[in-house]
Amino acid sequence: MPNSLTRRLIWTFVLIAGASLLLYATFASVHYPWNWSNAWSYRFQFLWGWGTTLAISLGASIVSILVGFGLMVGRRSPTTPLRLFCHGTVELLRGSPLLVQLLLGYYILANRLNINDPILVGMILLGFFEGAYLAEIFRGAVESIGASQREAAKAVGFNKVQMYRHVIIPQAIRRALPGTTGQLVSLIKDSSLLSVIGIEELVQKVRIMNSSSYTALEGYLPLAAAYLIVTLPLSWYASRLERRFAFET
Amino acid sequence: MKRYGEFNALNGASFQTGEDARVVALLGPSGGGKSTLLRVLGGLLVPEEGSVLVNGVALPKDPEGALEALRQNGFVFQGYNLFPHLTALQNVTLPLMVVHGQSEQAAQQRGQELLTRLGLFDHLHKRPAELSGGQQQRAAIARALAPKPRLLLLDEPTSALDPVMTGEVLDVIRELAQEGQQIVLATHEISFARQVADWVVFLANGTVQESSTSVKFFYDPMSSLAKEYLTALTKYR
Repeated sequence: MPNSLTRRLIWTFVLIAGASLLLYATFASVHYPWNWSNAWSYRFQFLWGWGTTLAISLGASIVSILVGFGLMVGRRSPTTPLRLFCHGTVELLRGSPLLVQLLLGYYILANRLNINDPILVGMILLGFFEGAYLAEIFRGAVESIGASQREAAKAVGFNKVQMYRHVIIPQAIRRALPGTTGQLVSLIKDSSLLSVIGIEELVQKVRIMNSSSYTALEGYLPLAAAYLIVTLPLSWYASRLERRFAFET
Repeated sequence: MKRYGEFNALNGASFQTGEDARVVALLGPSGGGKSTLLRVLGGLLVPEEGSVLVNGVALPKDPEGALEALRQNGFVFQGYNLFPHLTALQNVTLPLMVVHGQSEQAAQQRGQELLTRLGLFDHLHKRPAELSGGQQQRAAIARALAPKPRLLLLDEPTSALDPVMTGEVLDVIRELAQEGQQIVLATHEISFARQVADWVVFLANGTVQESSTSVKFFYDPMSSLAKEYLTALTKYR
């Protein structure tokens, strides 16, 4: 029997080769005039933008997980004003465009609070936006843990905090993982909008490069690759985590 | 009295056991209030009206007091309700460490000793999904017994099991009863109840119809509902 890992690797290679060939053939058929030498001279700019995107995404991910957890707890609170406040916050953040949130948040709110660091403000605003989605993913996972588990937790004598800490959250994490990974991938891509508050992240760097070197796709193809270099390992790591948390119910 | 919204699950469920009753069986038709009464007796549910007296002292109704009272009891449910993300051993040791403040070493020792005694030595590190129904229920009994509960409350512990596994679990319960463990058992296993129970509480429609010694209940039931119930249960046995 062939080793399943080897088989998967071979198939992965075949599929990638096929896709590259298709892409190449398509470009060849439209006679696209490549001009890589101009693009190459902007490589350090490109790397700098990539680093900025990574740093902002990492910071915003941490903010979004904290915000998501907080909003989820708030939405399940027995205190009516708190519950309504968190529900309203989730709906506002999810329902309005990120672009508007960034513009209002940076030029009005952060300005009023005298915070002038666009990177810091960008991280927080992006984190809040994605956190609203995460709150709903977390809430769905927590509420899917059935009443019999809650009763069993109470029966062995756990108080509320112990019940969440030892019974509900460990089981909910597994159910929240696939959705959370998807949301973090979205977050990385949504970070491209931060150029509107003057952050020169990857997409903005590529736009600058394209306009000054009179090229178009020479910037955008590496751009797609640069995002995939981050998002693919993230998805891979998440599926490993899912397997680690796997247990039948 | 225990209400769920408009519905009175228990109403007029008053009874008092004899002084020497150690194993109390709750019998009666499904939906009659056995499970609810069992949870109220163990402190898992707090009744809206009325009280539970243990040795003359009422169970507290404030959340903290109720939790303290609850922690002295052990519960076993019909659907086992083990924690699926933990192994059999962890299911037993986690509450010992978190709720009862035992050291990890002491909890491990207690857990291994109990699970081995209940025939699960080969399955200590398996998760519930890898165990049969009978094994899961025995692990659940070990979890309930681990902190040495004053009262062990079992809610139809064999209703989800086939006859062989039912036998395994009932053997365990009988041994515990013989060792002097105080037990409250809600069940439909009428011949088992007859063997091990000292006292029977018969419930129907949320009301205690009859509360008497086991001998009296099985040989000379007073209420017509109890007579009908016993006839129905023994029809095919």
